[in-house]
Amino acid sequence: MIYGVFTVYPIFRQFDLSFFNWHIFPGMSNPSVGWSNYIAIFHDPVVRTASFNSFLFIVITVPIQMAIGLFAAAVLTDRLPGSMFWRAAVYVPVVTSWVVVSWVFSYLFASQGGMMNAVVSFFTGHTVSIDWTAQTWTANGVIWLLSIWKGVGWSFIIFLAALDGIPRQLLESARIDGASEFRVWRYVVLPSIRGAVTFVTVLLVIGGAQVFTQIFEITKGGPYNSTQSLMTYMYQQAFSNFAFGYAAAMASLLAVVLFGFSAAEIRILRRQDA
Amino acid sequence: MSLKVDEPINVEDTRPASALSGSGPGLFGIRRRNRTRLVVAIVLAFLSLGPLLYMVSLSFQPNGGLLGATVLIPTHPTVQNYVQAWTQNSFSRYFVNSLIVSIGTVVITVVIASLAAFAFARYKFRFKELIFYIFLASLAVPNLLLLIPQFLLMDKLHLLDSLFGLVLLYVSSNLPFTIFLLRGFFEAIPKEYEESFRLDGARTLRVLTSLIVPLSLPALAVVSMFIFSAAWDEFPVALTMISTSTHYTLPVGLADFIGVHTVAWGPFFAASVIATVPVIVVFLVSLRWFRSGVSLGAIR
Repeated sequence: MIYGVFTVYPIFRQFDLSFFNWHIFPGMSNPSVGWSNYIAIFHDPVVRTASFNSFLFIVITVPIQMAIGLFAAAVLTDRLPGSMFWRAAVYVPVVTSWVVVSWVFSYLFASQGGMMNAVVSFFTGHTVSIDWTAQTWTANGVIWLLSIWKGVGWSFIIFLAALDGIPRQLLESARIDGASEFRVWRYVVLPSIRGAVTFVTVLLVIGGAQVFTQIFEITKGGPYNSTQSLMTYMYQQAFSNFAFGYAAAMASLLAVVLFGFSAAEIRILRRQDA
Repeated sequence: MSLKVDEPINVEDTRPASALSGSGPGLFGIRRRNRTRLVVAIVLAFLSLGPLLYMVSLSFQPNGGLLGATVLIPTHPTVQNYVQAWTQNSFSRYFVNSLIVSIGTVVITVVIASLAAFAFARYKFRFKELIFYIFLASLAVPNLLLLIPQFLLMDKLHLLDSLFGLVLLYVSSNLPFTIFLLRGFFEAIPKEYEESFRLDGARTLRVLTSLIVPLSLPALAVVSMFIFSAAWDEFPVALTMISTSTHYTLPVGLADFIGVHTVAWGPFFAASVIATVPVIVVFLVSLRWFRSGVSLGAIR
């Protein structure tokens, strides 16, 4: 019931809203504007920047997170002195708060007295004061780095469970048959964790498309909207500019795209299973 | 959506690696490269914990020393920041709000999800699989995209700016995944247990409370940890729904903190540390059930 009211109903309401020039204020009329919100989206340069940024965010952070997560899982899956501690340490960033770590990273990359500038100064020999979060690409870099740092533990824990389930005898017999380490991984380990890989990919892409807090806190989408993501731009349109219909239209489009992506991904998984 | 790994065939020993670890061959062969792995583990742990330790260090430094705070270990440690953080900005209030919201979300979600998962696991009813797939499909719809209609809905229900409203939204966003995980786990419990229990005259609800729930404690603990940390950390929805500062949850309060006192880094990091401690405690407590890995079994 609760689920129906608070999730299913909003899904339909979303599409409904997107056809109106909606105002939140009582007493104002909410004229129907047909498809014009959708047409406007395709002519909005910020939407283009935001789509590109969101896309780039996914393409960069998802594979790196997964690679480091898998690597960490491979290193920590078997017994090691203190293995519980190492595992917990890798996972801890996942449970920390986005708002908190966004500001820790902002501080690390602060232009005055930031740790990163001190490091750069130390290695280059002259004092620098780069304003990392105020320039488009360095700001994006900080956002990506933070997201990877905080995200690794999540893929790690799922890969850890998956690797744990591979019978070690299977690996051993492959080795006895003379398979190289590379071939053991290529033909035994990776196929065994394919389900986990797909699961992590789907959820990380969906999560990546929603990247919000770290951008909202670190750059607010600036300078001049250049680090805006789809979610931060949608939020700004809805709750700063009160263009609810427009933002709802954006959300509807993104939902359709993501749903299509997930469906395709799951279909690919199914076909491999058969 | 079957997310299971194919069962390996023609393998004599299918015991999980955990049963073998310590004696048997590992992922990298027999006990080889242990030293390398240890070094890598230390580096990984350092990279993961580094920024957090830096935050802790900053929180103990007097505010004046903060500009150019490349000193890792505070030379003049002080708890002044903590005192200031706790007493200013009704921070303690945010803390209590967050506790209420997170615990409320965990309890309600776990109760509803257990009931639903039990029904999905044990009963036949019309459109059962269809309903389950609708739940699953909604995992693919990003929660944040529902922000606007949810905002208007809460407005209509007069639940804007209310912690209870926030809990309802969090419950609804956590339900699908929780039901999905718990169904898999409940189905793995042999039906025979339940039958013998019923022969002793137990009713359905009692079967659930005194048989299924105790057997599923590890799964419930891990799921609760996931939900707690998600609710504790949630920012955009809280930012949107809550407008009165006495109703802020910690993430909103912390973000506000920065907005108001741009230079008060010391108290901010002290507040951050206080905000981070509970969720890490919950995580560490849940660790003992993580090892059994059961609940994650449903995913792989």
